[in-house]
Amino acid sequence: MTGEAPTAVIGTEGMAELIRVLAARGRTVIGPTVRDGAIVLDELTDGDELPYGRGVELEAGHYRVRPRADGAAFAHSAGPQSWKTYLHPQRERQWNADRGSDGAWVVTEDDTPPPSYAFLGVRPCDLRAIAVQDRVLAGGPHSDNRYRARRERTFLVAVECTEPGATCFCTSMGAGPAVDGGYDLALTEVVDGGGHRFWARAGSDEGASVLAELPHLPADASLATVAHEKVSAAADRMGRTMPEVDLQALMRETLHADRWNDVAARCLTCGNCTMACPTCFCTSAEDVTDLTGDHAERWRRWESCFDLEFSHLPGGPVRASGRSRYRQWATHKLGTWYDQFDSSGCVGCGRCIVWCPVGIDLTEEAHALNAERAAGGPPGEGAA
Amino acid sequence: MKATPDTATSGRRPELAVWKFASCDGCQLTLLDCEDELLGIADRLRISYFLEASSAPGPGPYDLSLVEGSITTPQDAERIRHIRAASRRLVTIGACATAGGIQALRNYADVAEYQAVVYARPDYVETLATSTPISAHVPVDFELRGCPIDRGQLVEVITAHLAGRNPDVPAHSVCFECKRRGTVCVTVAHGTPCLGPVTHAGCGALCPAYDRGCYGCFGPSNSVNFPSFVPLLRRDGMATLDVVRVLRTFNTGSPEFDAESRREAER
Ligand code: SF4
Ligand code: SF4
Ligand code: SF4
Ligand code: SF4
Repeated sequence: MTGEAPTAVIGTEGMAELIRVLAARGRTVIGPTVRDGAIVLDELTDGDELPYGRGVELEAGHYRVRPRADGAAFAHSAGPQSWKTYLHPQRERQWNADRGSDGAWVVTEDDTPPPSYAFLGVRPCDLRAIAVQDRVLAGGPHSDNRYRARRERTFLVAVECTEPGATCFCTSMGAGPAVDGGYDLALTEVVDGGGHRFWARAGSDEGASVLAELPHLPADASLATVAHEKVSAAADRMGRTMPEVDLQALMRETLHADRWNDVAARCLTCGNCTMACPTCFCTSAEDVTDLTGDHAERWRRWESCFDLEFSHLPGGPVRASGRSRYRQWATHKLGTWYDQFDSSGCVGCGRCIVWCPVGIDLTEEAHALNAERAAGGPPGEGAA
Repeated sequence: MKATPDTATSGRRPELAVWKFASCDGCQLTLLDCEDELLGIADRLRISYFLEASSAPGPGPYDLSLVEGSITTPQDAERIRHIRAASRRLVTIGACATAGGIQALRNYADVAEYQAVVYARPDYVETLATSTPISAHVPVDFELRGCPIDRGQLVEVITAHLAGRNPDVPAHSVCFECKRRGTVCVTVAHGTPCLGPVTHAGCGALCPAYDRGCYGCFGPSNSVNFPSFVPLLRRDGMATLDVVRVLRTFNTGSPEFDAESRREAER
């Protein structure tokens, strides 16, 4: 984008128009809406499907939708899904193979045309999570073409956080609550005596042209200041924090801590945390054959390091115990991710804490590991 | 299950047999319910023994035997040995054949006493004191879970057999399927007790998608942690008796559900 980023103030009618404009440009608009007692992500066709007047009550292993007197639409966090549901779908065909009349196999890559999404309401932590998956799936020499195609066609409307949840810790992970690029449009929702407004900034040429199509409210010089203040106040109201230490080193140095036994006694190895996590990317291949044996398909589906079969090699699973599986998850998110992808694998969204049925809390585990290390617990490096 | 592609390449149509023991027939009917695939199955396999579908049983031996039902009589205990001897591969289908079924509730009761109360002439009834899975009697090559089994998984087992590969039947928890499906967790968001975290996948997380907790129809997953899980059921309102009852259904005979229900019952 060239020149100064256009900004504008829009109201709830402008928000509804935003959905219509994006849909008219051929995009499938995905955003938050209330279903089955949660604020989920789903296709939106109209502004009134947004969760106006709904917030959430979050705790470890606990989620409830609650009414909000102020009518805000984006004062919620840690929903059960993340944008990876759309960018990195849970099951996807990779290729088809057919045996020709001469007996030879012909393999064709799946050519389903990629959808063109517009994501409405991407939180700053989720924006970071998308960037993390971009590095994992589309960075490096083995880029995933289908992921890349979906990603390149996606229009991102970020919404800054003014209302962190009780399980949020993006500030600790350097991932929020303000956005700093990587969006087409950024919004900050302000509801006060001046009304229900969104301070909007374009982050791309398409963002600017979409913004130009929306009905604008009269420019309100103080709104940008109010929005900034609300977002920086949010940074001080995070429900959770990580210990202020080098987390990568903490993971490396506590591999044999007693705390892993403690958490393993609680962990159900149910896999919910990895499925809910916006950065977890693991998949396994699924080969499908039909009854004739003349047609085969390769699918890919979400997999998790909590699955016993995930590390199955001849002779059995490498990570047979719950302890080794929880440790794999935590050390990958907070430690070895840096070695692999040069960033944290955790953006502090809190989903794994909320959606763990027994409420295991990654931040609490990190604090406990840190305390054990400080108390001179067993050394980390060396044989298991 | 070991891959045996030989019949697939020899030109002979492999022989399929479907056997019934103590059960409700629901799992066998799942095979007849495979409308789209049934003709394909009949094309690739000779259905040599299937009383639900044909009255002219073939003599065997059989390449693939699907066994429904549990062992509850001395005659059945004998019959399953003959079937095993006549089958190259034996796959149990459903909770009865795999875990003893709901009828394994007799394992907690005095069968002679029940017989005396229920039947006018208990001496006419010849039965065992227990209902046990097929694997308690003969070696089993693969166990397909569920009450009833999932149609797609049955087709997968048969297709994999024909292709000489292992069936893709994950043994992790129902929660994996629940999250993949995009269902809102009923435990976390509604406080509804759900057996999903300890239950074997396969149903596609059907119950939570209809706003109910999982009832454990597929039996235990390959990685259960009851000491952490049961307090969750209690938190969401289940009393000890409820916990015993929810574990003592179709898969009560599975070692994990059985042991946990006995621990609870002793509280
Ligand atoms: S590890 Fe947990 S808090 Fe971190 S990004 Fe994943 S779900 Fe969010
Ligand atoms: S934490 Fe586990 S599921 Fe997530 S990316 Fe790492 S290995 Fe994969
Ligand atoms: S940490 Fe929680 S959500 Fe993750 S596998 Fe363990 S019990 Fe399940
Ligand atoms: S609803 Fe049940 S099966 Fe689904 S994630 Fe929650 S506990 Fe697991």
